[in-house]
Amino acid sequence: MNASNARSTALMAPALAWLTALMVIPCGLILALGFFRRGIYGGIEYSFTLENFALLLDPLYAGIFLTSARIAGTATLIAVVIGYAAAYAIAAAPRHRQPLLLFLAVLPFWSNYLIRTYAWIVLLNREGLITQFLRMMGYEGEPPSLLYTEGAVIVGLVYNYLPFVILACYAPLSRLNPELAEASRDLGASAFTTFRRVILPMTLHGIAAGAVFVFVLSIGNFITPALLGGGRFQMIGNLIYAQFLTANDWPFGAALSMALIAIMLGLLTLQAMAAEKGAGERREVLDG
Amino acid sequence: MAERPLATRRSLAALLAAVFAFLYIPIGVLVALSFNEGGLPTAWTGFSVKWYGALLSNGDILSAAGNTLIVGAVSTLIATVLGTLLALGIETRRRKGRALEALVFAPMIIPDIVLAIALLSFFSLLKLPMGLHTIIVSHVVFNLAFVSAVVRARLKTFDWSVAEASLDLGASAFTTFRRVTLPLILPAVVAGALLAFTLSIDEFIIAFFTAGAGRSSVTLPMQIFAMIRFGVTPEINALATLVMIVSVTALTLSQRLNKGVIAP
Repeated sequence: MNASNARSTALMAPALAWLTALMVIPCGLILALGFFRRGIYGGIEYSFTLENFALLLDPLYAGIFLTSARIAGTATLIAVVIGYAAAYAIAAAPRHRQPLLLFLAVLPFWSNYLIRTYAWIVLLNREGLITQFLRMMGYEGEPPSLLYTEGAVIVGLVYNYLPFVILACYAPLSRLNPELAEASRDLGASAFTTFRRVILPMTLHGIAAGAVFVFVLSIGNFITPALLGGGRFQMIGNLIYAQFLTANDWPFGAALSMALIAIMLGLLTLQAMAAEKGAGERREVLDG
Repeated sequence: MAERPLATRRSLAALLAAVFAFLYIPIGVLVALSFNEGGLPTAWTGFSVKWYGALLSNGDILSAAGNTLIVGAVSTLIATVLGTLLALGIETRRRKGRALEALVFAPMIIPDIVLAIALLSFFSLLKLPMGLHTIIVSHVVFNLAFVSAVVRARLKTFDWSVAEASLDLGASAFTTFRRVTLPLILPAVVAGALLAFTLSIDEFIIAFFTAGAGRSSVTLPMQIFAMIRFGVTPEINALATLVMIVSVTALTLSQRLNKGVIAP
């Protein structure tokens, strides 16, 4: 028994050492960096301060947090509505076709993120396909500016993360016992009431998992705002990037990163709590 | 759920068709344009593979592709060994602490940008010159987490009595691993390695921050990012098509080897 635990520790040791050296220590460093001052020439001055965190509340930066949350929130909402509907349609398809449909829904997720984002530049730019299409339909005059807008950023985020929402919502939907919905209908509930009172609560944890994932990845996103927002829509990810590569204010960049991690951990905790509560309720429904 | 009225089934099918159109049209347009002789989205002037030919004579792209293969191969190799050992260690453990689970899970959920700047700060504080080697060791961090997740999923249904039988029959622990355990979990190990390889060759942000300043350590995603910023060109369309084919093939293969684990 002790021997086996010693062996298991030995097996884990190289990977854990790697993670400690290249994840735990660097992240700890960022944690520490947030409490230091920025040096005069962009370096780091090793004296304790809370200024970096106070700066987060500055209207300029708080505004960027709010913009990021608004963009990420809108993208999450759209992705959840479309993703849930798609997952519902897949779960309603004949059983033998479901694996293929699910595979097709997830496949785009496996191609390069940059390329998926770039595909939207091809569609949305001034001479892009959407403009071409409008011209073909008889539209004349200035091409609409679609690229470098908040809408473009949101479309890009929805496009990139939709497959994950479909996957997260499909799991509970496919396990749903159809007899429950039938019983509700037999007892006189309308289709909408059945959906709202039976199907939705039983699948809420899938929605929560998908929503948290989309929101967390969107709010810290750097590529999509940079490419589809054209730098006009700064989000937290871009702000962190700038502190490290252009503004050279590493301590403030570190404080921003910590705020991002805090948001992420908070949401994941909420989701875990909701999942546990949901599991309890589902057991109650099923057991009696 | 088979008793739906026809109208409901039809509207669900239409909805699904619309979602698939949304998912596939952007990629489809990109692939189609890469074969357009004129190269512009404004008019189809005929089928051609000349943009693929142009890639082969672009030195920057070729060297970036070479760098990406080096980073992908080396980081996958290290991550596969470390990740498999980690999975075996965790799954043979009697008690799994929450801290351990969190540590092993963290690389998969930590935002890329945060890990990227953390590693950049770490390397510059150590005054370590950056290049392909720093990208490789950084990629191992998330790659090993994904490999261990895939292998652990396989080990959960692994029949340990087979390994015990081998030990009872006098085989050493190492022989048992080499002749019994490893062959049985090999599909999952290969699936994990393929997943790691795809993640690594597609990874942009961490590579961007840990590559250092020189042109000699530019990877393909970094090259693509730089090209995209200049605008839409037919070469990017061709390059994007090739990169997508490689990732999708590797991941489809990974899926086949490891049914049931859907890896994002």
